Amino acid sequence: MSFHLVLFLAFGAVCVGGAVNLLAQRHPINSALSLIAVMAALAGEYLLLGAEFVAAVQVIVYAGAIMVLFVFVIMLLNAGEEEGTEGSRIALLLGVPGMLSASVLMAWVVLRHSGTESVAIGALPGSPKDIAQLLFHDFLLPFEVTSVLILIAIMGAVVLASKPEAAAGKVD
Amino acid sequence: MVPLSYYLLLSGFLFACGVVGFLIKRNIITIFMSIELMLNGVNLSFVAFAAHWHALSGQVFVFFVMVVAAAEAAVGLAIIIAVYRTRETLNVDQVNLLKL
Repeated sequence: MSFHLVLFLAFGAVCVGGAVNLLAQRHPINSALSLIAVMAALAGEYLLLGAEFVAAVQVIVYAGAIMVLFVFVIMLLNAGEEEGTEGSRIALLLGVPGMLSASVLMAWVVLRHSGTESVAIGALPGSPKDIAQLLFHDFLLPFEVTSVLILIAIMGAVVLASKPEAAAGKVD
Repeated sequence: MVPLSYYLLLSGFLFACGVVGFLIKRNIITIFMSIELMLNGVNLSFVAFAAHWHALSGQVFVFFVMVVAAAEAAVGLAIIIAVYRTRETLNVDQVNLLKL
């Protein structure tokens, strides 16, 4: 068992545990914290794949900025325990066996067809320099378009989150 | 050396957890977090394929996915705040009408 496989399994276990914990917890803040654990462990997986830049951005943007936004909103709205609802029995009877068989089938197909091909660790240059050359040369137009998207998103968030009275007051 | 299929299985598991959370959760914020989990699962398969095919553009795609996810989170959380302000609840079962 190689060292990389051990690391993969360790980070993968954190990912799986965090994802299951997200489903099991009833309070949103607990779900948010387990999602942060999943994202941090995923950054480790990216490092194993040689994607340093993506790993850093994952920690800074995802586990940092986006999750801070989530936790901030949870605290702002004082979200409590979620109330459970009665699920339909037919969904449970058909859904669980269907999901299990579908996932087993998919796992079988993936394991069978990708064979023993391996991801060569560190074979791919994923440094910020290489990413930047690709991003600002081949993907320059999409990059500029995303800046417009972010600008629109900021304005939309401000308009949506502002108090209705304040918006109405400006009109008068 | 870790086989590509292991990464794909982990990615698929994360995506499936996101789908299940989206369907069974009743808190609108947790539903939103399940969507983020799905995006993360897809990102992992992007990076794994990028490493497998030695194509760096897969990592650039992950960057774009993250940008869109950030924009989506900002707008979505603003919508959640607006919904909470008008309905006083975060339970999606009680948010079933477009009009007030």
